[in-house]
Amino acid sequence: MAYKNYILVCGGTGCVSNRADEIYKNLVKETETRGLTGDVQVVKTGCFGFCERGPIVKILPEEAFYVDVKPEDAAELVSEHIVKGRVVERLRYKDAESHAHARVEDVSFYQKQFRIVLRNCGAINPENVGEYIARDGYKALEKVLFEMTPDDVISELKTAGLRGRGGAGFPTHMKWSFSRQVKDDPKYVVCNADEGDPGAYMDRSVLEGDPHSVLEGMMICGHTVGAHQGIIYIRAEYPLAIHRLEVAIKQAKELGLLGSNILGSGFDFDIELRLGAGAFVCGEETALLASVEGERGMPKPRPPFPAVKGLWKKPTVINNVETWANIPVIITRGGTWFSRIGTDKSKGTKVFALTGKITNSGLVEVPMGTTLRDIIFNIGGGIPNGKKFKAAQTGGPSGGMIPAQYLDTPIDYEHLQELGSIMGSGGMIIMDEDDCAVDVTKFYLGFTVDESCGKCAPCRIGGRKLYNILDRISKGTAKTEDIGTMRTIGHAMQRASLCGLGQTAPNPIMSTLRYFEDEYMAHIRDGKCPAGKCKDLIQFSIIPEKCIGCGLCARRCPVNAITGERRQPYLIDNSACIKCGECYSVCKFDAVIRA
Amino acid sequence: MAKMTLDDLKKFRAEKKREMDMRDPEQKTVQIIVGMGTSGIAAGAKETLSAFVAELDERGLTNVAVRQTGSLGLDFAEPTVEVVMSDMPTVIYGRVDAAVARQIVQKHIIGKVLLEDHIYDRPAADIVDTQKR
Repeated sequence: MAYKNYILVCGGTGCVSNRADEIYKNLVKETETRGLTGDVQVVKTGCFGFCERGPIVKILPEEAFYVDVKPEDAAELVSEHIVKGRVVERLRYKDAESHAHARVEDVSFYQKQFRIVLRNCGAINPENVGEYIARDGYKALEKVLFEMTPDDVISELKTAGLRGRGGAGFPTHMKWSFSRQVKDDPKYVVCNADEGDPGAYMDRSVLEGDPHSVLEGMMICGHTVGAHQGIIYIRAEYPLAIHRLEVAIKQAKELGLLGSNILGSGFDFDIELRLGAGAFVCGEETALLASVEGERGMPKPRPPFPAVKGLWKKPTVINNVETWANIPVIITRGGTWFSRIGTDKSKGTKVFALTGKITNSGLVEVPMGTTLRDIIFNIGGGIPNGKKFKAAQTGGPSGGMIPAQYLDTPIDYEHLQELGSIMGSGGMIIMDEDDCAVDVTKFYLGFTVDESCGKCAPCRIGGRKLYNILDRISKGTAKTEDIGTMRTIGHAMQRASLCGLGQTAPNPIMSTLRYFEDEYMAHIRDGKCPAGKCKDLIQFSIIPEKCIGCGLCARRCPVNAITGERRQPYLIDNSACIKCGECYSVCKFDAVIRA
Repeated sequence: MAKMTLDDLKKFRAEKKREMDMRDPEQKTVQIIVGMGTSGIAAGAKETLSAFVAELDERGLTNVAVRQTGSLGLDFAEPTVEVVMSDMPTVIYGRVDAAVARQIVQKHIIGKVLLEDHIYDRPAADIVDTQKR
């Protein structure tokens, strides 16, 4: 027989270091002495997040979420909650605190995230249109086809305050109404699924987990602006997302949700896929459209904007995957509902792909205005191995690094821009004290140099110049003046480049120069890499007094650069060393030093 | 299926809603829902799924449906699995390899006890169907 209650005690590292083990033992003891072992199961769990408020105890089936629990509280939890069935208010997590940014009726109990875009991800079978429909799928389409006028739809989006989730944050209703106003035929609706930022996979997850939400969003737009053809531009590196989209389109066609005379409304709409070969520049809208037309993926000067003259010189609404997935919810729940979530100028939620030096990596969707601290330390579970947080990189190669002093900044389009970064599509890479600002920046510049299409000189030449300087800095051969040169080139690129790729390529440099200039100077003036990342500036050596001569480092060294006799101090041959750091990480006696 | 009209779609939705809500104790329907996004599959979700099917088969459990879904976003704990059954709380298990999958069948579904060290928290409330919880 099943138990009446289940007491879940968080077994994450943060909670355990705060005596969660003792809580667990006390709870077991308490249930035993009260003769409740047949009624209650006490279970240790994986990390629950919310680590700043740990230890966490959750009691099922009531879903009572207790925070800051101490071992002494075990008796009260059992006697009050389990025996008397009364929630212990003193310890219960109060919702309001973390949800100042989501003033909506749905937040009736604790939750860390707020999922609009990811509403169906992990809830439905993405290859079964029936499950999407059961969860209010295609209800928005019904409403748009039979109850609303196109102008109603645009004004609903305006009320909602939805802005493009691809990065720049352009108001969606404006794009749609530009296209709607142009008298031309045919018009096109395009989904930008060319997700290319290193470490970002929000769009992939939406397409894999809930493809119909994107299709529905595009259909609604088609009806609103007067288009009958939708195109999803997706990179060939996403085979599972492509497969699920193909299944979704097929099923929608079979049901008559795509095709001619949809649901008997007289509206015709079709969607097809175009596979990209994975060039980063094709995420830029004019380059993407060129690629769809079969041209080489290169940007064109704007205006004319695609909304007026886009694909085949016809009006084209182009939005990112995450933007499309928001549309059906805005239509079914209403723009007012949506506008209550988020901040003044940035409405709704944002999905982030949380990666790097973070305990709980994964996809996170939070109301706009949530702080970095909440995302990293509550949802993400903090930095692993007791290391110190250094910075969060947002916006990928077009963004910047946000250092620790801005952890409490609310995340929205405006605040990120003020800090010299951008929202971008939602990649968030967490760096700890072992990451070097120069090294990371060099990585991003290397990426944009590789991905530059070469059409305009500022990006083609400027990017390479910047990369070369960074390379010299990382090798300790740069001069102090190089910093100024980088700023000059960077400013020129920001102003003169043809498209977003070149205009934003210097951002990683500009933002790290703003917050980590001392680190650059340490490389240039002292020839040191404080984080110990830049290989040309570090040397490994063994402290003879500390080395016990176990030989572990020598066995692990991939190039046999370490020699010695057992029980005698070992020695590193620096001419052979490739600076991989293996000896440093395997030594149990801290005898290997990095300087 | 034939092309639908507006009324057909409404009927179809109502019917599917009933199907998905089936948590009828009489039927003892159990659902095992495996997260099959790219990150889940990379972490071994396909092996996990096969282990569930094999274990259910070996034990002759016919009232259990094994379903697939996209990613829950708990990438650090992939593969993730949700177990829904009438007389147990709905739980999300993480780091479910083939061995853990077999334990879930033996302990959670048959033995009605929760597994140690593998439970993770649902990341967010459901905005589509909040009244269900």
